[in-house]
Amino acid sequence: MARLRRITYLTLGFLLLAYLLVFSGCAGSQNRFIKKTSFRGTHSILITFAGPVDEEWATKASNYRVYEKPDPDIVLKISTIELSTNRQTVILHFEEPLNQNQPHMVTMRGIMTEGKSVGTAIVKVRKLYLGYLFSILIGAMLVQNFVFTKYLGLCVFFGTSQKRSTAVGMGVTFTIVIVASAMMSWFLYQFFLKPFHLDFLQIIVFIGLVSLSVQAVDTILRKVNPMLFKAFGVYLVLVIANCIILAVPLILADNEYNAAESLMLALGAGLGFLIALFLMSSVRERLELANVPPTYRGLPIAFVVAGLFALAFLGFSGMSIF
Amino acid sequence: MATTKTPSRLVLNGLLNENPIFRLALSMCPAVGISTTVMNGLMLGTAVLFVQVCSSCTIAAIKNYIHPRIRIPTYTLTIATWVTVIDLVLSAYAPEAYKAMGIFIKLIVAFAIITMRLEVFACKNTVAMSFWDGLGMGLGFMFGMVTLGFIRELLGMGTLLGHNVLGFRPLLFFALPLAGFFCVGFMMAIFNYVELVFNRRKKRRG
Repeated sequence: MARLRRITYLTLGFLLLAYLLVFSGCAGSQNRFIKKTSFRGTHSILITFAGPVDEEWATKASNYRVYEKPDPDIVLKISTIELSTNRQTVILHFEEPLNQNQPHMVTMRGIMTEGKSVGTAIVKVRKLYLGYLFSILIGAMLVQNFVFTKYLGLCVFFGTSQKRSTAVGMGVTFTIVIVASAMMSWFLYQFFLKPFHLDFLQIIVFIGLVSLSVQAVDTILRKVNPMLFKAFGVYLVLVIANCIILAVPLILADNEYNAAESLMLALGAGLGFLIALFLMSSVRERLELANVPPTYRGLPIAFVVAGLFALAFLGFSGMSIF
Repeated sequence: MATTKTPSRLVLNGLLNENPIFRLALSMCPAVGISTTVMNGLMLGTAVLFVQVCSSCTIAAIKNYIHPRIRIPTYTLTIATWVTVIDLVLSAYAPEAYKAMGIFIKLIVAFAIITMRLEVFACKNTVAMSFWDGLGMGLGFMFGMVTLGFIRELLGMGTLLGHNVLGFRPLLFFALPLAGFFCVGFMMAIFNYVELVFNRRKKRRG
């Protein structure tokens, strides 16, 4: 039990690291005259200036150019502009609702304050970064659960969900391995594969990295905790055969996530797998006592149960927290 | 067993006795995830067949040069190489189907069935034998995928290979991705039932 607790502390340590990364990732480059930008409601962007701006400049729509960061060619149409009485905040209302999952860029040409110009500013508007990261974590854990809504990692899922203790052990190990290997493969992809245009090698490199980290965990666990090793040393090898461990680096590479986002997705995938394993093992322990028709005994009934779980998880779809 | 390793036996073994999906219960992810249509099953089945045969032959050819301790990483890298080949080929020549398959083509690397066949069969047998074994396993996988796709497409959409067969949709539920769980469960139960009946008859005769 104490050993298991140690692993839990390790996981908590990872979480702490995640938060540190989040805070370091918050700082962005912005014009000094712009104090704050944020979304307001579904249709508007709020901009706070450091000093009062001239009304004539502020209410002219052609001074602003707003677009979503991925496609700079599509300029969003501003319907009205609202200036507060102290002339320090401007609210831009748009004709169509904004896709708040994408960061928006706002270009303000020649900002006039008290009759003189302080230059052009390009600022980024995005949702609270912490909230965004949290939504990635929850998304990978529940809304887009890798087992029940993406149907990955099923071999290992059905193999290790017979007993609750094994399920928890497997889930925790898997979380650790996936976080380590996903971070390594993110690093390799961003700094080696992409700059040298070796994208086509990604499958080989990722699977190689996964094998390496599994081997490392194997060696460490054998020394540190022989009991735990005995319990699921067999399944440690199966981690390589788990599609999720390869799917996460591929998704990271496709979506161009940064370090903090990658960490969150990997952690979410691991925890989601842990949740799925735990739920499934709880049911399967009860199933052992149930009177199941002989043809359905074992795997078939497990599949039907997993299907019911997947139906339940369908209820999470479309949910967004921030 | 050792004396009956004729090519036809090997292929049949992969198709029925050790069917990767329904008997060995390996490589379940695509069987649940994208077996919604016959076409998907055929495409992924072809890709798996290709990878399985190629890597079986490769490993059988170089088995004497592999150090036993690093055999698993060697298998994985061999599979990864062949998956990269089929990945690039498919994305160039069949971009539509490639899109429908999504991430699953790349994930062939992690399919347990291929590694297992290399470990169990290819590293102990000749190239020709491994070829037939790989063919059997690949065909067995394809058979499973196509069967699932057949059931789900017919019941869910009322179509087969995109052609309207029934003219109505009997059970839209089967078109949902998650119905794969139920389908695979039912298929496994059917296989179990056949085995149960078969054994009972055998006992009665004995």
